[in-house]
Amino acid sequence: MRTVFFLVRKEFLQIFRDRTTVFQILLIPVVQLLVLANAATFDVKQVAMMVVDEDRTTVSAGLVQRLEGGRQFRVLRYEPTDAGVDHALLDREVTAVLHIPRHFEEDLVRRGRAPVQLVLNSEEGATAGIVQSYALSILGAYARELDRTLPRLEATRTARVAPLDLRTQRWFNPTRNYKHWMVPALMVSLTTIIGLLLTAQNITRENELGTLEQLNVTPMTKVQFIAAKLIPFWLLSLLIFTIGLTIGKLVFGIPMRGNLLLVYLAAMAYLVVVLGLGLWISTITRTQQQAMFVAFFVILIFLLMSGLFTPVDSMPRWAQYAAEANPVKHFVAVMRAVLVRGAGLETVGRPILGLGVAGIGVLALAVGRYRKSVA
Amino acid sequence: MRAFLGFVRKETLHLLRDRQTLAILLLFPVVQVLIFGFAVRTDVEDVAIAIVDPTPDVATLNLRERIAASDRFHIVGVTTSTRGLDARFRDGSVRQALLLPTDMERRIGRGDSLSLQLLTDGSDPNTGGIMQGYATAIVDRWYREVVPQRGVLRIETQSRMRYNPTLESAHLFVPGLVAFVLTIVSALMTAISISRERETGTMEMLLVSPIRPVAIVAGKVIPYIVLGFVSVLLVLVAARTVFDVPLRGSLVLLLAESGLYIITALALGVVISTKAPNQRTAMIAALAGLMLPTMILSGFIFPIDSLPRPLQLLSYIVPARWFLVIVRGIMLKGAGLATLWQETLVLVGMTLLFLVRGSRGLAIRLG
Amino acid sequence: MSGRDDRVTHAIETRELTRRFGDFTAVDAITFHVEPGEVFGFLGANGAGKTTAIRMLIGALAPTSGSATVAGYDIRSQAEQVRRRIGYMSQKFSLYEDLTVRENITLYGGIYGVSTRDIVTRTGDILARIGLEHAGDELVREIPLGWKQQLAFSVALLHRPDIVFLDEPTGGVDPITRRRFWELIYEAGAAGTSVLVTTHYLDEAEYCRRISIMVDGAIAAMGTPAEVRRLVGAETLDEVFLKLTRPGAAA
Repeated sequence: MRTVFFLVRKEFLQIFRDRTTVFQILLIPVVQLLVLANAATFDVKQVAMMVVDEDRTTVSAGLVQRLEGGRQFRVLRYEPTDAGVDHALLDREVTAVLHIPRHFEEDLVRRGRAPVQLVLNSEEGATAGIVQSYALSILGAYARELDRTLPRLEATRTARVAPLDLRTQRWFNPTRNYKHWMVPALMVSLTTIIGLLLTAQNITRENELGTLEQLNVTPMTKVQFIAAKLIPFWLLSLLIFTIGLTIGKLVFGIPMRGNLLLVYLAAMAYLVVVLGLGLWISTITRTQQQAMFVAFFVILIFLLMSGLFTPVDSMPRWAQYAAEANPVKHFVAVMRAVLVRGAGLETVGRPILGLGVAGIGVLALAVGRYRKSVA
Repeated sequence: MRAFLGFVRKETLHLLRDRQTLAILLLFPVVQVLIFGFAVRTDVEDVAIAIVDPTPDVATLNLRERIAASDRFHIVGVTTSTRGLDARFRDGSVRQALLLPTDMERRIGRGDSLSLQLLTDGSDPNTGGIMQGYATAIVDRWYREVVPQRGVLRIETQSRMRYNPTLESAHLFVPGLVAFVLTIVSALMTAISISRERETGTMEMLLVSPIRPVAIVAGKVIPYIVLGFVSVLLVLVAARTVFDVPLRGSLVLLLAESGLYIITALALGVVISTKAPNQRTAMIAALAGLMLPTMILSGFIFPIDSLPRPLQLLSYIVPARWFLVIVRGIMLKGAGLATLWQETLVLVGMTLLFLVRGSRGLAIRLG
Repeated sequence: MSGRDDRVTHAIETRELTRRFGDFTAVDAITFHVEPGEVFGFLGANGAGKTTAIRMLIGALAPTSGSATVAGYDIRSQAEQVRRRIGYMSQKFSLYEDLTVRENITLYGGIYGVSTRDIVTRTGDILARIGLEHAGDELVREIPLGWKQQLAFSVALLHRPDIVFLDEPTGGVDPITRRRFWELIYEAGAAGTSVLVTTHYLDEAEYCRRISIMVDGAIAAMGTPAEVRRLVGAETLDEVFLKLTRPGAAA
């Protein structure tokens, strides 16, 4: 026990003496949280649109006005033919093209329905669907307005049957603030990256320098060694996590509907898993470079499959099963459940327990793998 | 010249012998493609929806069947009251709930207005909106069929998604992956390689040798250029064979631009290595300082148009951003140099800038 | 007590100790012993197997065959007890460069279970003895090589081990500094600590009570410096060395 104390003391002395590293590990998460929280969004701002209006009537002009009136579209070009469409899309001058064919007004008046074509540049994919839904909703609103105001030929304009009253309600995150959703997850990712990188290269570094051999000759046990490597970084990561939470609250106003204690419980268990993983990586690599690479590779896979950027529910079944073995997934889920939805112990108890068990398992792996002597 | 080649050979052997790193560098692109193609999706499917049906009848059964038939939803429970719904929303087992009115069949028959409530888990505003949209569309469609709506004016929209008609996930991300993988391989490896040489002291030995410093850097960097090309090819092969990602433009142009970008990233790696005092700092700087911005600010996952203005400006200095436009242009749109010359020029400019800064920094460090 | 063989009075005793790496035999069935309080020199050219042999004796490397006891404990089955009673100074000195002199001493003292009070007193003693009183709070990175070596040696002795192993401890310093280092070794020996030191400086060999010369993994000659010279039929140890390491030389 005393041995562990002395080893932990040494780690702290080393960490805080290295100014650049301390700077990095405290600053990088902060800066990145501030930048990334603002960047990580699929929100679509003004969409550049080109309208090809072959009808050129008051009704079609009215549609164009409606499009320009909202903040979602900016009609950059208004053409009578579709000659320039391909080039405009290819050159990324516009993202969407609305083609209003001839007889637009006439069709509406005569038959009560008219077609239009919408072409979207879907090279950036995620937004295409959103842009489409914006356009559709504007078109739908215009159609309803015309329904009331446009004089129609159809004699048999029957009294409308009862309309559908579909009331929609969003639960949790009433302000639809995407940041409230992303910031908790970003905190996890940043803490994870720093923590894993630090522990992964720690042991290999001592190995490269020769101090590891010296330690191995002492009566220090494997358990004492791993514990002493774990504790300082565990505390440090919790500190980084707390800083992140503070920024989240002060700068982004993230909700904290549930009990923060649950969040910290999860964080403590989670960090044991992640740092233990880093230590284990340290025991299977020979150079710092290898350690960083393996760690980086692992981080990336874990982060991508954790539901951080894209929902786990959207993944195919097999990926969802695989995600169950991903500690990041569970921690992110707990964070979001507690902070955004206000979930309690009944919901998050199991994942936290799972993290705890995983943590013990990973540490056992690291201890088992570590050798004081070469066979 | 011979000394230089010998040096290149030494670096290559060094790289080849490091089995672990090599395996990861080769495995990395392939795994990435697979993950992005299969697992990273922004679309929503299989939504867990609960239905509250106080008085089940023909009409409600009809609607429930409609919803069950759609593969976007799966009904996790049909109850007669909203009890327990709150808890299930909270623990995430239910993402949406549709509350039906009483005596729906009779109301429809009498021509009364129908009032339904759709509750959606809005913690993630994006998927919340998407789920809400889908559910609304199904209910709307059902209503229009059950209650014929003659005479309501409709604008029928046909939409086409150009360049990526099915919004295939892989098509979206693979071009970005090429950029991402190259950035990591080139910049990271270079930064590490050079700082490691410095840390172990062998750099000084090399400087005393008759090889010129420029040649040293070049020699260090050549194996990674080759590795970069191999990575690009791996990504492309994986993308095409597994996901049918198109390559509508010229392969030669793609490889040429990739070559340019590899050098850009390598030059950036050199710059990083000159600024970092040791390996660990170089790695953290390269990973945290390069990887995340590349992922987030280059348009790889999150569209640049969605970024707030200041970040959009920041993205102009991320080399990957420009390369991404080029790759997407060539692969998805079949664009040629005529369309892409501006972006190419920007990359060339950045490369020269990095090379100048890098070599000057190295000269100071070593000289 | 746990399995200590009290009949054995040797500090170190090996029997046919061997280490192979694949086809290559690094240490070839060496048999020798070191008396308590003796300063024993392990000589040999680079690559002769000295470091490998030491690493086996300190428990960092498992032997392929043969046996050895250190401080009365078997190196294979009682490795932990061995570690408690030995000190080690590697070629790389293995002090933490980014810690101060005092912090290094405190660390190893703590690991070896030296009481806090003793750590304080012994730190003072060490600093005084080596002449680093005013450099106690300097980073090890900053102090000159000769002092680093003496510090590493003192740290190895901090917990009063029975035996201390030194692997090429005096590389890269001038003869006067080396001489000062050997004074420390004598003091340790006089206090009853056995010292096994490897070196390729032949003048240092003369300082040892007994020496052994390793050639290609095996012990080619062993005894006091005088005995070895007589055995090989040479005037100086230099000659001994040349005779033994020249190809075709008789063992």
